[in-house]
Amino acid sequence: MGGEVVEAWGPGLALVPSLAAAALIPLSARAPALREAWSLLASVAQAAVVLSMVPGAAAGVVLETTLVELAPGVPLVLRADALGCVFAALASGLWVLTTVYSIGYVRGLHEHAQTRYFFCFALSLFAAVGVAFAGNLLTFFLFYEILTLATYPLVAHKETPAAVQAGRMYLAYTLSAGVALLAATAWLQILVGTVEFRPGGILGEAVPPATLWPLLGLFVLGVGVKAALMPLHSWLPVAMIAPTPVSALLHAVAVVKAGVFGVVRVLGYVVGPELLGGLGAWSAVAWLAAATILAGSLLALAQDNLKRLLAFSTVSQLSYVVLGVALGTPSGVVGGIQHIVNHGVTKITLFFCAGAIYVATGKERVSQLAGIGRRMPVTMGVFAVAALGLAGLPPASGFLSKWYLIRGALEAGQWPFVLVWLASSLLNLAYFLPIIISAFFRRSGEAEGVTEAPATLLVPLVVTGAASVLLGVAPGAFLSLASRAAHDILGGILP
Amino acid sequence: MTELLAYAAARYNYWVYILLMLIGFYAMVAHGNLLKKVIGMNIFQTAIILFFLSTSAKRGGTLPIVGPEALAGGVAPAQLMNPLPHALMLTAIVVMVATLGVALAVLVKIYRRYRSFEEDVILDRL
Amino acid sequence: MLLDHLPPLLPVVPLLAALLLPPVGAVRRGLVHPLAAGAGAATAILALLALRRVLAEGVIHYHVGGWEPPWGIELVLDYLSAFTAVAVSGVGALALLYAGPAAGAEVRGREASFFGLALLLLASLLGMIVTGDLFNLFVFLEVASISSYALVATGDGRAPLAAFRYIVLGTVGASLYLLGVGHLYLMTGTLNMADLADRLPALASSRVLAVAVGFLVIGLGIKMGLFPLHGWLPDAYTYAPPAVTALIAPIATKAAAYALARILFSVLGVHRALTEVPLMTLLAWAGAVAIVAGGVLAIRQNDLRRLLAYSSVSQMGYIVLGIGLANRPALIGAYLHILNHAMMKGCLFFAAGAAAARLGGPALADLRWMHRRMPLTTACVIVAALSMIGVPPTGGFFSKWYLLVGAVEGGQPVLAGVILVGGLLAAVYMFRVLEHACLVRREEGDHGPAPPSGRSEASPGMLVPLLALGLGILAVGIWNAPIVSGVLRFAAPAGLR
Repeated sequence: MGGEVVEAWGPGLALVPSLAAAALIPLSARAPALREAWSLLASVAQAAVVLSMVPGAAAGVVLETTLVELAPGVPLVLRADALGCVFAALASGLWVLTTVYSIGYVRGLHEHAQTRYFFCFALSLFAAVGVAFAGNLLTFFLFYEILTLATYPLVAHKETPAAVQAGRMYLAYTLSAGVALLAATAWLQILVGTVEFRPGGILGEAVPPATLWPLLGLFVLGVGVKAALMPLHSWLPVAMIAPTPVSALLHAVAVVKAGVFGVVRVLGYVVGPELLGGLGAWSAVAWLAAATILAGSLLALAQDNLKRLLAFSTVSQLSYVVLGVALGTPSGVVGGIQHIVNHGVTKITLFFCAGAIYVATGKERVSQLAGIGRRMPVTMGVFAVAALGLAGLPPASGFLSKWYLIRGALEAGQWPFVLVWLASSLLNLAYFLPIIISAFFRRSGEAEGVTEAPATLLVPLVVTGAASVLLGVAPGAFLSLASRAAHDILGGILP
Repeated sequence: MTELLAYAAARYNYWVYILLMLIGFYAMVAHGNLLKKVIGMNIFQTAIILFFLSTSAKRGGTLPIVGPEALAGGVAPAQLMNPLPHALMLTAIVVMVATLGVALAVLVKIYRRYRSFEEDVILDRL
Repeated sequence: MLLDHLPPLLPVVPLLAALLLPPVGAVRRGLVHPLAAGAGAATAILALLALRRVLAEGVIHYHVGGWEPPWGIELVLDYLSAFTAVAVSGVGALALLYAGPAAGAEVRGREASFFGLALLLLASLLGMIVTGDLFNLFVFLEVASISSYALVATGDGRAPLAAFRYIVLGTVGASLYLLGVGHLYLMTGTLNMADLADRLPALASSRVLAVAVGFLVIGLGIKMGLFPLHGWLPDAYTYAPPAVTALIAPIATKAAAYALARILFSVLGVHRALTEVPLMTLLAWAGAVAIVAGGVLAIRQNDLRRLLAYSSVSQMGYIVLGIGLANRPALIGAYLHILNHAMMKGCLFFAAGAAAARLGGPALADLRWMHRRMPLTTACVIVAALSMIGVPPTGGFFSKWYLLVGAVEGGQPVLAGVILVGGLLAAVYMFRVLEHACLVRREEGDHGPAPPSGRSEASPGMLVPLLALGLGILAVGIWNAPIVSGVLRFAAPAGLR
């Protein structure tokens, strides 16, 4: 996958901590402290292993672990290339904070079935890192499906009729998508004889349009559901019934980012930018993404439930990535991959804030938040910084990726997409600013007696908020990973 | 037309077995009495056994027992019936009897419980 | 050397044990189940030895009583029969182990005849698998069926009625099979499979051959519960005692499916004989119809065992679809699914029996709190359910993957779609089960932890086979590549793509 490939244990090792935690947590069902310790330990270990591979990947050294053969000729192979490291580092880094946050959250609310909760969380992170490092489509599919099924119990966690219904809807969408992805994979296997991810794609020029279009359609269906591309997004707002840490890590980072990550993998490493550009397929994907950006933002405007609002905002922001990669220009791809990280860190901050408010006050509606900023200044302060960051305003990192994305559109000579992004920024302001203003400047009797959430909730949200700012000021490692990945994908057609 | 009739007549053993099979099948499907279903089942099986046996028959053929006199005059296979279908059907009859035995035992169990062999009566008493 | 007689030993060992049981049972009833389970285990070990020998030395031909084929009866252990023998005897041995603690009041006092019948069933299924003779196959098929009828009829309530229906339909199936064999014998004068395979190509365009094959396929179709010939199956699986369903459901239909593949590929050699009728296309579509119809019917069931029975109808459709596609990946998928479906259906029926014993009933609603009261059983159910849906890395995913590749390679996008949709249907009915077993319906804000009573996990005797199958499903999934490239690649007939 670009650069030098070295057989090593690293990528395989990255899967061990979460899997071990998934095995140990049910065994410690009767000892909550031990159970949480396993989670915390695993998340730290996983983050350490993944982060240790980042410098090498940024320099173009790809570590590879080949495990068993999945099918004759198709190995279960894990490769820590630049693109994979972006997603893996994002997911496992944020898992550490989410674990701390989860402990505070489930204890604060005396949640039921905490063992299942932590078990599924560990399994989801196992799957997310597997998705990130998957070296071929079959491996990718394997972890992608595990991710689907590991997150289902978390969506249905409350076990109320509404939650069970949401779980069914979640499964209906994601399993159908899995079927489309599987169909595309089998087709590819027969068509090309391999399902390996290679920078620049494996579909040769021999593929006629009559084959390419349905194949691309299956792929977009397959990864588009988790990426919440419209009209496949409906599961995401409904899944917000899950406990907030789940919405934060899984439905703002791991699951949906696995979707957009899948889009990048498919467009960049299977179809290839050359073929995509040559047949005009890119513009179909790009316009789908553009429509999602605008519609998602407009729908967010109409939401009163804070988490649902954030979900629609996610729908919109995810398509930034898709659009950037579909453009296929260096800045567009760099910006898209950057935005995976920036949006992830920023959005998880917002969810953490929403959860902290819920734990402290029991409120989850925008209209109930008047005056809350005076009672919970830290939470709402961080919320404001992150929200403005998503709209593309400094100091949070959103402005940086947006800058790259807009430059990418200009490089491609596609000014309509520049307008899409600018319009989306304005819409972001339109739905975030009223919340911030009413939280800080409106008075309301309801907020009496409310104090900040406990430290286990507060610390993670401050840390992610700070990280979001830091990523804007010093993008360093992630920018170099993104550039490396863009170089891999576009290497063939760059001068 | 005559050709076709001649063809059909020459293979009358086929028509007999098909007719018997249909009679058995009809009894199995149409009768509401479980005992009659078993009888139909037996007719069905017997039809197939007769069919097998009829294939081994030869006009003017005799039993394929090779004695000293036959050895003296040489064996004429054309005049001996094929013994293999007989041997096979002996086995098939054993199988058939075993099936019949199990079917009757099950019927006894059903009768003890529902006091009837009529399907609709049993369905009422479920 | 005893091991030179591996092919006949496979059916003979359980058969002898079946004969030994009544006298042993008369002396000491407590010895019956250990002896039966031991015989099952011995058979499974012999099957593994047979597979190892086939892998090392190639196909084993054994002439019973020293009579040369085509006059004598020939037993054949090749890649396909050795593999199927391992699948059937392995799951069968676990089912025998499970049957001891699972056998309820209807068996008490009659253990010897119950386990005798069970071993007879296992013996005859293995006989079907190793035989190289069409009439011998008929005899074993009927011995297997008769012991199944009797086993189903041991149940109380509606079981005898279900058994009666099974007898009538099963006998029609066997008779049609026999009729087909008769026609083949008339045409060729032989019953030996290899001999037939040599003579049939010359008769490829014969209409009698088409009729004969039609009889054979319909006859075996009834025995394997192929939709719409499955009428006997749901009632038999639902009303038979749990120990019986756990034995019959995983393995009996598989042996019939094996017989179908054996006849189509080793006797007819479909790509050479029978040019008159698009038999394989018809079979593939019949399989597709079964997948969808079985799945749709399963979704509507509220009784766990009935749901699983209809799911069997659907899953047998996959095997038939793979046989009908008749290319190498599809056949690999079909054969692998014989093993996978035996394991996952065994696992689910074992669990259903354990749940019925512990939680009070076979209805889905009775499964409430199952995940708390029977956590290990529930874990096995989850694994088997995921395999049924086709989620990697369980075994079920990989058989579907090969089938899918086969369908795409065969240029059959609609059939590929059916394979995928079948997985979604399985997701719907299996998640209905999992929702009842793992989610407790709560009110908003209700975090009450306590299940109605403490743990009541299945007894160790039931749990061990259950866990063995649960882990086996995962193991076959993860290590499917060695199975496929070491065994199943050679099980598909030579000359296929």
